[in-house]
Parts: sequence; structure tokens; C-alpha cells
Amino acid sequence: MSLSEGSPAPTYGALLLRGLIAGLIAGLLAGLFAFTFGEPKVDAAIAIEEAASAQAQAATEQTSAAEEEPLVSRDGQKGGLFLATGLYGIALGGILATAYTLLRRRLRTPSDTRAALSLAGAALLGVVLIPYVKYPPNPPAVGDPDTINQRTISYLAILVIGLVAVWAAVVAKRTQPTEWRQAAAAVVGFLVVVVVGYALLPNVNEVPETFPPDLLWSFRLASLGTQVVMWTVLGVAFAALLSSTRRPASQPERQPVTTA
Amino acid sequence: MPKATTVGPLSTPAVSPRLLWTALVVVALMLLITYLVAFDQGAVSRSGMYLHELMHDGRHLLGVPCH
Repeated sequence: MSLSEGSPAPTYGALLLRGLIAGLIAGLLAGLFAFTFGEPKVDAAIAIEEAASAQAQAATEQTSAAEEEPLVSRDGQKGGLFLATGLYGIALGGILATAYTLLRRRLRTPSDTRAALSLAGAALLGVVLIPYVKYPPNPPAVGDPDTINQRTISYLAILVIGLVAVWAAVVAKRTQPTEWRQAAAAVVGFLVVVVVGYALLPNVNEVPETFPPDLLWSFRLASLGTQVVMWTVLGVAFAALLSSTRRPASQPERQPVTTA
Repeated sequence: MPKATTVGPLSTPAVSPRLLWTALVVVALMLLITYLVAFDQGAVSRSGMYLHELMHDGRHLLGVPCH
């Protein structure tokens, strides 16, 4: 390894700081997306939830104890949305920067930008798209509170399976000599893990028959959009900030890729 | 895997045991934040359901199972 030439490697602290900043940007933009496209759907779902519970109360002729005051108002929750996506983004940014620091040398590309984007893309695939297809997110008024623990465990399991599937694709790809065989091996490695994972984990279907399907669809689309915004902005912002870790003037020409 | 390390030696610090420990602590901290945002029901944060309710919409729209 030649560590002598060019600008010195940035420290972990420098990379981490960039990850956290990129995460904050990504989180706030994802929050903005969620606020614009998601909140109307959440409001609509909550209206359905409240109508249902009001009906249930009327049926049992309960004198509702002053409509139990909510812990946080709806406006508070809409502000809390930005807190949630902001904090989530920061945490994801920290994890991305750490993964970048530890895995950069194994990514076999001379381009820092490509390395950062491929890590973010792998995460988008592994912890968003794969979980999304198995356990699509649900709006309020959907879901049985009694099964929340089971659903949370299943969700965490599918996150792990998603990451393992991406990892399996990379490992499988690297066993093959030619490009088309690499592509085929990556797809096979990926699919084997995903299919086995999907088959082993329990299915969840808790959408009430009365819940409007178009509202469910548009909520899920908004949720997908929020998460895609989160990870794409995170990847691009982190890649952009990375370029400032190098001294532009004295930057030497990149040596050509030497890996087979 | 010496082959894998020949590319991009300048873009990250060398991975030392000390770096690994720091990274581990950082990731644990990040996961704690994620937990508080996405999964806490008051048991860890000691805030009752306050955090849960405050970040309720975020949970739903970030795709995390919620009630």
C-alpha cells in the first residue's frame, strides 16, 4: 500500500462530521417531503380512526371521559415529524459515514463519490425497498396494537435480511470472473436471501376491510417517497461533502484501478 | 485481502483497533437515536408515550411499524 503520495487520508472524525451534516440535510428534506405529501394522508387516516372510535363509543353508550386529551396535539405531531426525520437522518448519516470509513478500501473503486453513492444505494435497497415489499408501512387506523411487538421484531428481521441480501450479492459477484457472470451471480445471491427471508417471516395483513384502498395506496407511496428522499439526499450530500476532505490544489492524478 | 486494499488508500484512515472501538461506540449511539425515534414506547426514554406521540407521524412515514 502506498500511503506516501497525495493528500493525507481524512480522519474518521472528519468523515463522521460530514455524515452527520449530510444526515441532517437529508432528514430535513425527507421531513419536508413527508410534511407535504404524507401529512394529508395521515390526517385522513386519523379522521377515519376517530370516526370509528366515536362510533364504537356510541354503540356501547359510554360517556367518554372528556375525549381523553391527547399527549401531543396534531400540530405538535406535525412539528415532531421534522424532529423525527431530522434525528433519524443524523443517525443514518453517522452510520453511513462509519460504514464508509470501515469499508472504503473494500469497495474496489477509485472514486470516493461512487463509493459513497453505492453504500447509500445498498442501504436504500437493503433497509428500505426489501422491507417495504414484505412489510409495507401502514397509516394510523391500520394495525392491531396487540401485535406491535411481533411486527417490530419481524421488521427488524427484514432489515437484517435486506442487508445480508445486498452483502450476498456483492460476495457472489466477486466469485465470478466475467462481467455477465458477475451480474448473474449477484442477482442470484441477492434473490436467494430475499426469497428465503420473505418465506420464513410471517405475513402481516391487518388492514381493515373498510379502510379506503386509495388512501392506503397514497399513504404508502408518500412513505416510500420519504425514505427514498432520505437515502438519496444522504448519499449525494455525503458524496458532495467528501470532496472537501481533499485538498483541491495538490490533488495528484488518480492511479488507475489495479484490482482485477 | 491485500488486493482489495490497493484501491483508494488515501481516502480513509487506516482501520486500527482504536478506530474500530470508536466506530463501535458511534454506531451504538446512532442506533440509540434510531431506537428513540422509531421504536421507543417509553421504556428507555422514561418519557411515557411522549416521545412516541411526538414523533408519531415520522414513524408512520418512515415505514416503521407503529401501533
